[in-house]
Amino acid sequence: MYRYDEFDHAFVNARVAEFRDQVERRLAGEITEDQFKPLRLMNGVYLQLHAYMLRIAIPYGTLSSRQMRMLAHIARTYDKGYGHFTTRQNLQFHWPALKDIPDILEKLASVEMHAIQTSGNCIRNVTADHFAGAAADEVADPRPYAEILRQWSSLHPEFSYLPRKFKIAVTGAERDRAAVQVHDIGLHLKKNAAGELGFAVYVGGGLGRTPMVAKKIRDFLPEEHLLSYCTAILRVYNLHGRRDNKYKARIKILVHETGTAELTAQVEKEFEALKESELKLPEADIRAIGTYFAPPALPPRPEGDRALAASANADRGFATWLRRNLHTHKNPDYVSVTISLKGIGEVPGDMSADQMDAVADLANAYAFDEIRVSHEQNLVLPHVARADLKAVYDRLVEIGLATANAGLVTDIIACPGLDYCALANARSIPVAQQISNRFADQARQEEIGDLKIKISGCINACGHHHVGHIGILGVEKKGAELYQVTLGGSGDENTALGDIIGRGFGPDEIVDAVETIVDTYLGLRLDNNENFLAAYRRLGPAPFKEALYGSEAKAA
Amino acid sequence: MKLLAANRLIDGVAVWLGQGGRWVEDIAEAEIVRDKEGEARLEQAGREAVAKNQVLDVELIDVEIVDGAVRPLRLRERIRAAGPSIHPELGKQAKKPAASLV
Repeated sequence: MYRYDEFDHAFVNARVAEFRDQVERRLAGEITEDQFKPLRLMNGVYLQLHAYMLRIAIPYGTLSSRQMRMLAHIARTYDKGYGHFTTRQNLQFHWPALKDIPDILEKLASVEMHAIQTSGNCIRNVTADHFAGAAADEVADPRPYAEILRQWSSLHPEFSYLPRKFKIAVTGAERDRAAVQVHDIGLHLKKNAAGELGFAVYVGGGLGRTPMVAKKIRDFLPEEHLLSYCTAILRVYNLHGRRDNKYKARIKILVHETGTAELTAQVEKEFEALKESELKLPEADIRAIGTYFAPPALPPRPEGDRALAASANADRGFATWLRRNLHTHKNPDYVSVTISLKGIGEVPGDMSADQMDAVADLANAYAFDEIRVSHEQNLVLPHVARADLKAVYDRLVEIGLATANAGLVTDIIACPGLDYCALANARSIPVAQQISNRFADQARQEEIGDLKIKISGCINACGHHHVGHIGILGVEKKGAELYQVTLGGSGDENTALGDIIGRGFGPDEIVDAVETIVDTYLGLRLDNNENFLAAYRRLGPAPFKEALYGSEAKAA
Repeated sequence: MKLLAANRLIDGVAVWLGQGGRWVEDIAEAEIVRDKEGEARLEQAGREAVAKNQVLDVELIDVEIVDGAVRPLRLRERIRAAGPSIHPELGKQAKKPAASLV
């Protein structure tokens, strides 16, 4: 893992002291809310329905056991005993008092964490593949580059007042698990024919009010030009991005209005002027950052297969969990384990302080102290010996985190929605809970197979509904909640935005509608190897419309 | 019918303007007004409380009386008055189960 150096410690501590002073002045009435709001937002402090909310950055989703224990401590001491992992690999506390936040930030700084740039019109937390550094299919670990971007973008004076927020994601495998094509900049780390590392560069993706799939503007950018090229993109955006209309201020609108060819030409021109500047990354610096992310020394553990076969025969629950919650590791004696934060009927992404401590202990005992947060609101232990899986599973059962549903219909993404969020128009979490309860049966879930449901409580799309195989968007209509359904979205290497399927459904109709969609798929798939998304792409929306709306659909 | 909602500056807790200019944590204790003059008076009190750094995000909200209890018209404000609908043990409703207004 990356470890703060002396500069990092001084930088974050200075920031905590600065914010402490700002909070004191605010509480003393020396500065107004209008003056304070941009300052608190730059430190991750929002105001929601019931209280303030503190959003803590988890860079590229990587956490140590020590950091997880501190999150548990903060949850117990300053919040209500739990935290919420988000679709941007961050953690939110939903109940902190403003007066306590400087103390919270000081404690976070002691474990090399902060909340800087988790809000505001700046470059946000850089996200990455949650299996980074472990996945068998990875070309290279994307996190060193994400860390370089983090250092470059933190309090970058030129990019602290952008037209709007700016999100960068990096993936290091052909299989895109970081949804790079729905980010302002998406970077796909790859090798060229000569075996050199570089990036395919995507620009202008995003969800929200105007969802867009990013455009690829470079097929191969040599790694040493990472910062010069990103600077070129940000400069073009900072200069030409719209500041007159908040809803048209993201770079996706600029790309759309300018045209990809023209925008690419502008970026390339800027890049030509920058590429040999001090932004060009020295090979030694890239490798130096890379050493922080070197995988742990993994001792040979060849006894795993034998141990697993015996345990799986004796414990059906364990066998099920093995089928769903493992991901192939570079080292055949090891796997990456998904810890589902989607227990049946539970709140997606929520975790109690006791569970945080228990997972920290598990990571310490069996996973080289490493934990990852996925954008799908689950946790990952990236390096677990196959021989230790039963011990890990048994402990997860004890703490209520052994749900064997990774990638299944109950592994639902949901934003906090109207239960917490001041921007929301409808609740998301209760819909997720009801769908989860409806499809609770494990055999039925596995019969349905891979299916991603994503739910947002407003058009800002924190729940990524546009890229859900089944997407659900909550809106307010005539004072009541209404849920619009999209089908066929995906946030992977074949990113697509879902199609709006028809009129919305009330809170008491939406779960039935989802079940109708699922049953329609089951009835029409070629065989059980054709997953929902593949079937939808083959069939199109018509049979689903027919099933949902019947004669109403024909009339339309 | 309207009343004045806000969040308290120091801890963000949802509060409503009660009788005598006091900010109360229970919507049942909020002052309800029924005419433009009353609304103007609440709004003025809100502006003064913002200026005194007691509260922020002050907003007049529509309410009705149902079975003798105040009930905001918008779900958003009902959730704010009760707490998260998914966590009956948290928020105002934890202290006063009857406050569950969703």
